Amino acid sequence: MTDTVGREAGPRGGDSAAGDTAAAATAPGGHRVEGTDKVTGAARYAYEHPVAGAVYAFPVTAPVASGTIGALDAAAALAMPGVIAVLHGGNTHPLGGREFELSLFEAAEVTYRGQLVALVVADTLEHARAAADAVQVSYEPSGHDVALRADHPRLYRPDKVNPGMPADTGYGDVAAGLAGAAARVAVTYTTPVQHNNAMEPHAAIASWDEAGVLTVYDTTQGPSADRDTIADVLGLAAGQVRVISPHVGGGFGSKGTTRPHAILAAVAARAAGRPVKVALSRQQMFTLTGHRTPTIQRVELGAARDGRLTAVAHDVIEHTALRTEFAEQTAACTRVMYGTPAMRTTHRLARLNVPAPSWMRAPGETPGMYALESAMDELAVALGMDPVELRIVNDPAAEPDSGLPFSSRNLVACLRAGAERFGWAGRDPRPGVRRRGRWLAGTGVAASTYPARRRPSTATAELTGDGYEIRIAAADIGTGARTALRDIAASVLGADPARVRVVLGSSTLPDAPLAGGSMGTASWGSAVAAACEALLKDGRHGRADTAGDVAGDEGWARHSFGAQFAEVLVDPATGEVRVPRLLGVFAAGRIISPVLARSQFIGGMTMGLSMALFEETAVDPSAGAFVRTDLAQYHIATCADVPSVTAFWIDEDDPHLWPGGGKGIGEIGITGTAAAIGNAVWHATGRRVRDLPITPAKLLNGEQRNAAGEPRGAERNNGE
Amino acid sequence: MAVMGNAHVTLVTVTVNGKPRTVMADNRLSLLDLLRERLGLTGTKKGCDHGQCGACTVLADGRRVNACLALAVACDGASVQTVEGLAGPDGLHPLQQAFLRHDAFQCGYCTPGQLCSAVGMLTEPGPSAVTADLTADPPLTPGEIRERMSGNLCRCGAYVNIVAAISSEAAPASEVAGPQATISGGDTAPYPPARHTEAGAWAPGSGAAVS
Amino acid sequence: MRPFSYARAGSPADAVGQFRAGAAYLAGGTNLVDLMRLGVTAPDHVIDVTRAVSREIAKRESGGLTIGAGVRNSDLASHPLVRERYPMLARALLSGASGQVRNAATVGGNLLQRTRCPYFQDVALPCNKRSPGSGCAAMAPGADTAHLAVLGHSPFCAATHPSDMAVALTALNARVCVASPAGGGSGTANTGGIRVIEMPGLHRLPGGMPEQDTTLRPGELITEVKLPPPPGGRQAYRKVRERASFAFALVSVGALLDVGPDGRVRDCRIALGGVAHVPWRAHAAERVVLGAVPSAEVFAAAARAELRYARPLPGNEYKVTLARNLITAVLGELMP
Repeated sequence: MTDTVGREAGPRGGDSAAGDTAAAATAPGGHRVEGTDKVTGAARYAYEHPVAGAVYAFPVTAPVASGTIGALDAAAALAMPGVIAVLHGGNTHPLGGREFELSLFEAAEVTYRGQLVALVVADTLEHARAAADAVQVSYEPSGHDVALRADHPRLYRPDKVNPGMPADTGYGDVAAGLAGAAARVAVTYTTPVQHNNAMEPHAAIASWDEAGVLTVYDTTQGPSADRDTIADVLGLAAGQVRVISPHVGGGFGSKGTTRPHAILAAVAARAAGRPVKVALSRQQMFTLTGHRTPTIQRVELGAARDGRLTAVAHDVIEHTALRTEFAEQTAACTRVMYGTPAMRTTHRLARLNVPAPSWMRAPGETPGMYALESAMDELAVALGMDPVELRIVNDPAAEPDSGLPFSSRNLVACLRAGAERFGWAGRDPRPGVRRRGRWLAGTGVAASTYPARRRPSTATAELTGDGYEIRIAAADIGTGARTALRDIAASVLGADPARVRVVLGSSTLPDAPLAGGSMGTASWGSAVAAACEALLKDGRHGRADTAGDVAGDEGWARHSFGAQFAEVLVDPATGEVRVPRLLGVFAAGRIISPVLARSQFIGGMTMGLSMALFEETAVDPSAGAFVRTDLAQYHIATCADVPSVTAFWIDEDDPHLWPGGGKGIGEIGITGTAAAIGNAVWHATGRRVRDLPITPAKLLNGEQRNAAGEPRGAERNNGE
Repeated sequence: MAVMGNAHVTLVTVTVNGKPRTVMADNRLSLLDLLRERLGLTGTKKGCDHGQCGACTVLADGRRVNACLALAVACDGASVQTVEGLAGPDGLHPLQQAFLRHDAFQCGYCTPGQLCSAVGMLTEPGPSAVTADLTADPPLTPGEIRERMSGNLCRCGAYVNIVAAISSEAAPASEVAGPQATISGGDTAPYPPARHTEAGAWAPGSGAAVS
Repeated sequence: MRPFSYARAGSPADAVGQFRAGAAYLAGGTNLVDLMRLGVTAPDHVIDVTRAVSREIAKRESGGLTIGAGVRNSDLASHPLVRERYPMLARALLSGASGQVRNAATVGGNLLQRTRCPYFQDVALPCNKRSPGSGCAAMAPGADTAHLAVLGHSPFCAATHPSDMAVALTALNARVCVASPAGGGSGTANTGGIRVIEMPGLHRLPGGMPEQDTTLRPGELITEVKLPPPPGGRQAYRKVRERASFAFALVSVGALLDVGPDGRVRDCRIALGGVAHVPWRAHAAERVVLGAVPSAEVFAAAARAELRYARPLPGNEYKVTLARNLITAVLGELMP
């Protein structure tokens, strides 16, 4: 399946045939080391480990968003059948650590609805849950504020945005660039609160042995860091905590940091003197496991007649919690994407009575690229220019904000290859003119980007009786880490992959960073490759620590890029939107495991489709509550919503990456998707919906106001 | 089924994967928690506990259902098949093999439910919401499979591979859409899905404009 | 969940005989177990009626069908006579929930589904339906009203009835047979402990008593649904939702159009889902269409007539447009 489309991309040559799983060589267990365990039900997730004598715990949470916790009466609950203990602020030893969310029920104040207040431990889940309802807590409610607004009186500039970048950047004269532009776009986009909603709810089983060592079967994206945090919170030495997490039912960021369920299980097990199992309900996950902040994004673009940008401004407003600051780097992508003589990016936060926002797949880039790439489409319309060409003429020679050279950048190649594969050529740019039965049809394009980074990791490699064993505290959250690391090791060792066994998913293994930020394979793979090289020298053992190598990663701008093309159908009578076709081409370094990479790309794009059309946790300002907190109301895409998602890639031979040459692929697929779909909705209908998700309500209504105080929903494009 | 001294518990017998299993069940116990917490059959997953995700899908008396919405006590006398019971003495069920072949999962948490759902779906007669002619039993095109599998959410976004895997086992490839349907992961289905009235006529929108 | 005793009933008489205050009937469980787990409903005695009511679909001499209340949604949808003669019903059933839920859910239970209003389901918030007199969180400024009613609601409740099947049964003039406990009162027709309710009379508007979804009295049990002989003309059911599948309706329309040899409409039935506390029979729209020569203009006028008195809440104005457009579009599809 090679063709001419991607050949320019590098010596490794050509587009890879990413659409073809069945044709790839398939081992008996499939493409993944743990595949058979997953299709037979043998793979055990956190809550499923057989731990003798385990009892059950269920949390009690605050029904108000703000106030003081008054009397807590556990007598009725304690008198119920099977109840072993009721833990609350009055009878639980204060915890350490830095995270408010992990201090459990210590706070006397409620600062968000759903905050933990108590925990009931009982012999069965039925008993624990019934008794949790019987715990009587009185609250002295005080005024709450959960509504993010562009004119919120308490907006402030955070010192940094994640993961340590400046909140504001700028160069050049933005005002002059806009004033002198031949075409301008000045628009506001909003994205709602979104929830990760991994299929496996957050769960843990904790048990203490006689020596005071705590074992936690947890669902985590990083056993080493999870162990350290649990130890820190409980005042233990790291050596006194063991985290075991062989299989993780998805995380998408929500399991990247220790979550309260693990601490609850540990504290309850200590109090009960028995192992304790805790699983959050789906509803509780909406307040106790993080979410993506809502955003209000003002984007201003100016361009000369030839399409070259004269100024770019991206000003972001988002929320964080009263007791925890989480500053999503929403405008960071704009610092990377397009060349311009003048740029401003800013982030402002409002502290609200909400649970702390946290990591969700491609934090920053996902909402940020939605706004930037939608605005680029509006600019193309205003200029009367093809949106693919607009992006090509603005492709910068160096990273615009930092001036650093790109280690490799193939956005243009992705755009060209995608345009050819999608059949973009000859597209009629006029909106609202293509009828297909009752549907209006349209197409749209957007770019994708995500940084390529790695973190220090350790690993060991050992010659065993019949092969090799690789040990590393990595996590396989569905990415295929076991398989990718096996293949990396086999390649370095020159061994048959079948003879390489990768042991991961436990904090007792050599320390490793978490599966997050698309850094897993690069971070772990660097250590595994180095450990294998050490083994080859030693003959029996190899150990690696990449801290030194990673420290030398400065000096280059390393990013993946991609282009996504969407075809949509909109019924103008009902506002129904369907996406019959989504096609992406990505340049993400060297692809380690093609089949698994394809699954990651299409998975990210599918989540992007879901974000574009469905996902929203409503915020009720009166109740101070998140609403739609289950999977019947927080809609994620179903099978019927995803008829065709295809992913292709351009192999990059980038010498400035880690030895494996991959840039990371877990997140780029979701960036830009929502913009491509929104741009296609405009092309289909002439309606520009600037507030996600793009629902029938917004396509049919023009009168509502969004959080920015502007008309919400469909609007005519400025450029028309 | 026998009611013991305590009116809130019941002795329940359910045949699971061919073996009768008897437990003293709290009447509140779900079939899902019976399997997972009492019988140690953790292959069946809890994703939402409210029938909204399909991770707990099992076959009860041959039909796919959400085990989270079934009370164990109401299943007394029933026969239940779980993911642990899909493989036979000769190895994996063809659908399990197809899921492996097509990489039809990532994290794997929805997978047992997807598999049990697919096994049940393939035996279900009649049309679906996207079937053009209600009176005919339609071939299982990718579009039909997508609609019929929409009770099983997958957050990793493996749907196109899941549909490819099921397509490969639903019917000989030639009867569906040719072998390409297997390989390209479900991008061969025609769209839009026609909305048919009884007579099968499909009229374009009546021109009602967005107001 | 509160502890409860459990018993199986072998007949309708057995079931209603066992009923007492605080008891609940269990059929497929797809809604009751859901609500019990949320704490919305807390029966102390559960009467399993899956063996008490018929699971048969029988052809009646009149040409209609008698559907046992225990018939599973999927079995009803796949029944040859339903597919052939009542396509609106088959489509409504098939557009509801998921394959798994349809395999468990029964006809009786489907009719008695409770609202999916988020404020009804969150037991910590006020809700007059769940906790009479506590207030309605959906009426507060900024509340999430996107899925709530635009027709027939009261200041105390704007919940919608979630069933698709009930919309089709309403348009098809189905009758619901109910077994009453001893001493049960009189209904539309009273035949010795069994009364018959004509749809949409089973459901009621919220008024000042939103806690009461239906006109059933305590302990009454749905035993059968009777469908009149298949009406002439063509039928359709369209459901609009954000996702393509597995979601409750934003708005749905079940409609029938029969045009006589003179070119005039001799029968027209329209029912709406997702817009009211009941499956909403669109009599005003029907009146415009009946006797008229069908045309896009007539259908649009009919849709306007039905929605003329709609009272959207802040945030669900779109439903008025959507319902109007959907009625017009579906009737257009049914033009011969």
